Formats: sequence, C-alpha cells, structure tokens
Amino acid sequence: MKLSRRKAIIGGIVGAGFVGVGWWFAQERDRLGDVRLFNVKSDQAALNGWVKIDRHDSVIVAVPRAEMGQGVQTGLAMLVAEEMDARWDQVRVEDPPDDPVYRNVTVLLDALPFSPEVRGATVDGARWATGKVAGVLGISITGGSTSMRDAFLPMRTAGAVARDLLLRAASRKSGVAAGDLVVSEGAVRRRDGAVVARFGELVDFVGDLKPVQAPKLKDPAQFKLLGKSLPRIDVPAKVRGTATFGIDVRQPDQLHAAVRNAPTFGGAAVGFDLKGELPKEIKKVVIVPGGIAAIGTSWWFANRFLDDGLVVRWRPGPAPKLDSAALWKQYEGLLETGSAALTRTLGEAVKAAKPRVVEATYRAPYLAHATMEPMNCTARVGKRGVEVWMPNQSPTLVRKVAAETAGVATANVTVHTTFLGGGFGRRFETDLVRQAVTCALAMPERPVQVLWSREEDIRHDFYRPMALARWRGELDVSGGTPRLTGVTKRQVGQSSSDAFTERAFGAPALGQPEGNAVENPAYAFPFYRLEAVVADGAVPVGFWRSVGHSHSTFFDESFVDELANALGKDPFTFRRELLADKPRHLRVLETAAHEAGWGSPLPPGYGRGIALRASFGSIVAQVAEVAVEGGALRVTRVTCAVDCGPVIHPQIVRMQMESGIIYGLSAALHGEITVSEGSVEQANFPDYEVVRLAEAPAMSVHIVDGAAAEVGGIGEPGTPPIAPAVANAVFAATGKRLRDLPLRLA
Amino acid sequence: MIALIVDGRRYDVDVPADKPLLWVLREDLAIVGPKFGCGIAVCGACTVHVDGDAVRSCSVPVGEVAGRAVTTIEGLGRDQLHAVQRAWIEEQVPQCGYCQPGFIMAAVALLKDKPQPTDRDIDEALTNICRCGTYSAIRRAVHRAAAIMGGAS
Repeated sequence: MKLSRRKAIIGGIVGAGFVGVGWWFAQERDRLGDVRLFNVKSDQAALNGWVKIDRHDSVIVAVPRAEMGQGVQTGLAMLVAEEMDARWDQVRVEDPPDDPVYRNVTVLLDALPFSPEVRGATVDGARWATGKVAGVLGISITGGSTSMRDAFLPMRTAGAVARDLLLRAASRKSGVAAGDLVVSEGAVRRRDGAVVARFGELVDFVGDLKPVQAPKLKDPAQFKLLGKSLPRIDVPAKVRGTATFGIDVRQPDQLHAAVRNAPTFGGAAVGFDLKGELPKEIKKVVIVPGGIAAIGTSWWFANRFLDDGLVVRWRPGPAPKLDSAALWKQYEGLLETGSAALTRTLGEAVKAAKPRVVEATYRAPYLAHATMEPMNCTARVGKRGVEVWMPNQSPTLVRKVAAETAGVATANVTVHTTFLGGGFGRRFETDLVRQAVTCALAMPERPVQVLWSREEDIRHDFYRPMALARWRGELDVSGGTPRLTGVTKRQVGQSSSDAFTERAFGAPALGQPEGNAVENPAYAFPFYRLEAVVADGAVPVGFWRSVGHSHSTFFDESFVDELANALGKDPFTFRRELLADKPRHLRVLETAAHEAGWGSPLPPGYGRGIALRASFGSIVAQVAEVAVEGGALRVTRVTCAVDCGPVIHPQIVRMQMESGIIYGLSAALHGEITVSEGSVEQANFPDYEVVRLAEAPAMSVHIVDGAAAEVGGIGEPGTPPIAPAVANAVFAATGKRLRDLPLRLA
Repeated sequence: MIALIVDGRRYDVDVPADKPLLWVLREDLAIVGPKFGCGIAVCGACTVHVDGDAVRSCSVPVGEVAGRAVTTIEGLGRDQLHAVQRAWIEEQVPQCGYCQPGFIMAAVALLKDKPQPTDRDIDEALTNICRCGTYSAIRRAVHRAAAIMGGAS
C-alpha cells in the first residue's frame, strides 16, 4: 500500500479526534520501551522495558497481561527467555506499570468489523491504521485470545536486544572481544563454553550501552525453549495456597465492603433507613453506582448487615417489568421484520430448477460468566493519589475509571493487577472500580475492599447476549441427487461490542453487531447471505469467552449438520467437501474425525457429532460422543484437534482446549440466565449449574502442525465447537434435533 | 473468646460463634489460602480439614470447631509439600488456581479414606467446582498422589 493512502486513512481517524500525532513512524521495535519504565530496584538493571536482571542471577520479565489460568505468564516469559538464552529456572515475572509500550495492538485489530479472512487494500489499510491508533491509545488489555499473537514479535525482540546488551556488557567487563563471546544457558561464554559472566554479574556493566537497531531473531529451528512444555511459573504458589488473588489483598488498615446492587437493571439506591443503631463493625453505609455498600471491619458481617440492618429505597431501572418470554417474543418479531444492521453476501445467488427449502431456527440464552473468584476490587484514595488492587483484564480501563470516579488525573492512579480467579471476559468491566473508589472516597486514606457475594455476581453480570437465528438452505432437487444452491442466515441479538464501547469509552453505539457473532463460517457455500439485526435491550451484555462465536457456532454448525442430513450425506464428509480449498481447516477436521474413530460402530443410544470453527486465529474441530440413556444425556468423550499456528507450549495448548470444552459444555448442558420482573432469576451454583468432575467427559487433544502459519490464540477457540458437536451427537444418537441452548432432551 | 487450633497454632479469637470458619480464617487470622466461592457449601473452594475430615468452611460456624484441629492449604505443606501437592505440581493441574486449594484439601481427605481410589470414587468425592475445567488433570493428579503415597508407605 502507498504511504499516501495510509495517511489518508489515518488522517480520517485523527480527524475524528481519536489520536494526536507523533506516532507516525512507530515500528515493532518502538514497543521495546525505555529502561526506566520497569520499576528498577537497586540490585537490578533493566535491559529494556520488558526485561531486568538482578544480582541473584534472576531474569525478570514484564508480563503486562493478566494471568487468569491461560498460562500467559509462562508463555510470554518464554518468548523473552528464548531470545536472550536464559535458563528457565532463573526466569521470574513481574506486573509492570501501566504504560503505552505494553499496549495490546492485536485486540483492536481483531475488533475491526471485517471477517478475518478478508484481505484487500482498504481492509489492510484500516488494520494498519488501527494498529497505529492502538499504540497511541495504549490500551493494555488481556482478552480476545490475543496475548501471544500480540507479544510474539515485540517480546522476542526485547529478548534479542537484551541478549546483545549482555554480550557487550560481558565484553566490557572481561575485555574479551564481543565477537569471541556467545550467550547460552543464562551466561555469557567464550566459544568453548567457558563462562565469562553469569547474567547476574553484569548488573553493573550494562550502564549506558545502547540497544542495537535491528536484532536478528532466531530461526525457529534454533529454539531451545519455545515448543516445550516447561513448568508453569504460576503453579507452585497456586498449589501451596499462597498465590494472591484480588480477594486476598490485605493492606494496612484495610476495610471490607459488601454490596447490594439495584434489583432491576439500571436501577439505583436513592436512600436507606437503618433498622437500629449502626453496629460497631460497620463504619459507614454508602450509596455507590448501581447499589449500596456497607463498609466495615468484616465482609461477612457487612454482607449480613445489608440483609438485616437496613431498608434500602430503590429507584427502578428503565425496564422493571422485563421478562424473558417477552424478550423472545420481541426477538421473534425482529427476526421476521427487523431491519438488518449488517447484510453480507458471498457468491452469486442461483435459482434452483426445482427448489427445496431446509429451514431451522435456533436459540441461545443469556449466560453469566461465573468466575470462581467473585467480583472484587480494593481501592485507597488519599493524599498520595489513588491506588487500586484488582483482578482485572484491563489496567488501562481500571485506571481511567478510577481517575474519573475520584476526580483526579490518571497519572495519580496506580493499578496493581493480582492473579485472576477466572476472567472469561467479565473482568474487562469496571463496575467494581466505580464502587470501590466511591467507598474509598468515603474513607480517606483507608483501603476498602469491595467484594460481591456469589448472588450479586450471578445477578449483576454483563451477560453473553441471548440470540435467535434462522438458517435457510436451498437445495436443487431437479437432478437425481439433491444439490445445495445457497444458504441464508438471519440473526437477532444485542451487540456486546456496542454495549462495551459505550460503557468503557462513552463512545456512541454504532448500531453494528459484535464482530465475532457475524464471522463467516469457513465453508465454501455456493451462495451465502447474512443478515444481522441488532436488538436494543435493558439487559447489560458483555464479552463471554469466545464472544459471538459461542452462539454463532452453535447456529452455524448445527445447521450444517441439518444440511448434510437433508442431502443424505455424512456430516464429516459434507464438511470435507465444503472445505476442499482450505487445507488447514481440512487437516484439523480430518484429525478430529480420525482420532475419534469417526464412522466406527457405537452401542445403541450412543452417537457422535462433529463441529469446526476458526476463531481468534486458530482452527478447532471437535467430535463429541454422547450416550442417551433413560432420558438422560451424558457426554462420554470429546476428541479435539487444533491448529493454532506455531506452538509455544504444547501442554498449555492442550489444557486450554480442555478448559474451553468444559466451559462451553457447562453452557451447552446447563447455562441459562432468565429474566423476570426486571431481575435475573438465578443466583448461585444450585440454579446456575456448571459441569463438575462426574460430568466431565474423557478428552483428548491433538495438535495439528501449523508452524508455517501465523501465531493463533488458544484461550477461547476451544469453546465454540462443543455445543454444536454435542447437539449433532444427540441427533446421531436419537434422531432428535435440539435447536435451543441449553440442550434439553424433553 | 473462642480457642482455635489452625495449622498447628493456637489462636484465641473474639468473634461471634456463628461466624463461619472461612471468614474467621480469612479476616481474623489472615489465612487467605481457603477461598470464598459460593457461601453455601456447593463449590468447595473453602474446603479445609477439621480433625482430618474435609469440611466446607463457609458453612461451618466457628463455634463448632473450637478446640479441634483445623488444617488449611497453607498448613498442609508448610514444612514439606504434601504428596497431593507434589502430584498437583507434577501434573501441572492449576489454571486460574482459585479452586485448587479446595480440591487439594478434598483430595487429601479422599486418599485418607481410599488410598487407591477409582475414577468413580474421585467423581463422587470431589464435587468441587472448577470453572477452568482442570478436571482431567485433577483425576490424573489424584491417581499420581495415590501412587506416591502408596510407594512411600
């Protein structure tokens, strides 16, 4: 692309008021960062913004992404360690301060409203420009399965730069010419392997050395660490019970606050009456955004006090009578007559000589995230500014919202990201930040930890949107065998991306569907038409692991099975035909089918179903095997194949696939949030059930070699295929087609 | 005052007798290894041992455990990692890790009762919730721990 065209696109974005100037020539290595960025202590030396060494021979890597189980600390640290030839047992990680250098560019690129396989000058230009804008906006965010994709080059570059600096520092220390030195296994050595200096001995010799301009990265054939299942950095503390989650933050003079949120969506507390004297355990009762908080010395006491000690006057939200049945009715109307916010066609419509229509309507309910660690945030407001401790997926947003709530500049806000007891998209949200900082403002200089009960967590989530879709396939039955001529999908749902950008940035809603929900299926249909209707709604919606893929894949892959059935074809064979020109997809599909023993006989009542989805840069296929016995559905076995491009850590890839499968299976078998009288009806695990050990199927994960491709994500792509794979298996087992989630036999 | 013995140490705490053990541990003794997950004894994140038996501490009034030996994840392997913890590390079980203290404590109690548990024993005994889906790794780790403990006896 010509520079002038890039300039025009960026000019448009600048003109829209999003960015300033000065970032124009930003390149990959501009993400290296200054040595002063990364909290350098007296016995340490920073080699750039991503890596420090200390006198104890540790290599300390900045991991500006939230560890929520996906292994990001391990995976990202490996990138730096590999290129600087550190020993794995000397590597530690640290959460660096919030700074634009640690921005996540990929997550914004992914958010562009193009299906990812679409390329072309305009699209590439917009991607390029957004990358630059992302740099300026400096959003540090963990999500969208982007961490590895985003860090793969910058963090390896940081490691390579560090390696070169250490080599020159060792030369300075020893007087041996740099050309006669090599780095390996955490030390600078002579070519014969003799140690000249361990990394830890070079702390005082790095000094004023300047980074090299363009470090050469290793050829993958030279990798010593990448591709190996190294011990995870976070595991020992998590096994000893010493890992600090947000709920475990304990600061001097800390207080604890419990919250009741307004019963109806968008409601608020307007006042309260104490039933008696304020007990000594309660310091203050404070109205907070969305609810009311009791601040005291014990969370347990404060939480009980909210039920027993006071009467709250609530202002209802805008839809106090909302209920699920009415919502479905509204969606059904929109499905028939709503105008599409987005229409997309691929291929040419062909008129069948003798048409036959196959049509099916599918439903997916609202879903809560239900992270194991209930929502919490700890804040202190005082003369030194605002300090926040929080298990969060975007310190940049936490900082922004804390600053707004406290009425200070963002420069006066420090955010500490703890371990996350699950994220799944819930922890992008800043509702708890507003509540915690509001409490902290009421108790100057004292840290206040706001913690929600499980009931508040389930009832006041930002839910995976409910969605309704109708797929229509047209067959030509004029010849001997029926032939597919085209498909149309029409879907209705709220836009989680619109809702989020409105909440997080005050940006006006674009009225567009969330991007993942409208990605094209991988299949080469002769003709494909998509119509997406965006529904308004009072129910707050957000990003739920795999976002729009989570329900769209259920719709798409269920219908592909229905088409196969209508055409009298085996579901696996039919998919193979439609993927004939996509070798990577085909290999993934075939691997899953082969490993699952597709086509081999099963006992009566058993069935296999297959589904495939490309999402977040990776391709995943799953075969579910189910048993339907005595009216009960049991998923006995899941076989998963994944091509995620180059594999950094095979065991983490496998674990994330299993994780995605279990998360998706909980939703497929049980997950449903319903609304009545403007409130969520579910409250805790007994009525928002999830899969437990006894229900967990046997799983096997097979990694398909994608080393030549780009790095793909792994946190989310395991989730989308499981629901349709199970529904398709139920059809194979019983002949009964389940089109509503959660899957219920009767 | 209620006298407690937690992880081998004696504490006297001035709290209501109906305060759940979990919150006494977390708020009054600063032992935060046991986690809060549901508050109604269904998820198991708060599991600790009382006299060697697994209990869900969010629903046990502290008054009921006065004078009895309470063991938490923080005390389990203080001097030397318990075999179950070693197995958990060898199998690299945790993901987010929040539920793991509860699972580990439940697994230790299971292995005391059934030194060589079957998969079905494990399914029946470990009814805790893990949202990251570490279940298959947990099964492997329990069997591995059984092997370590069997070999050591």
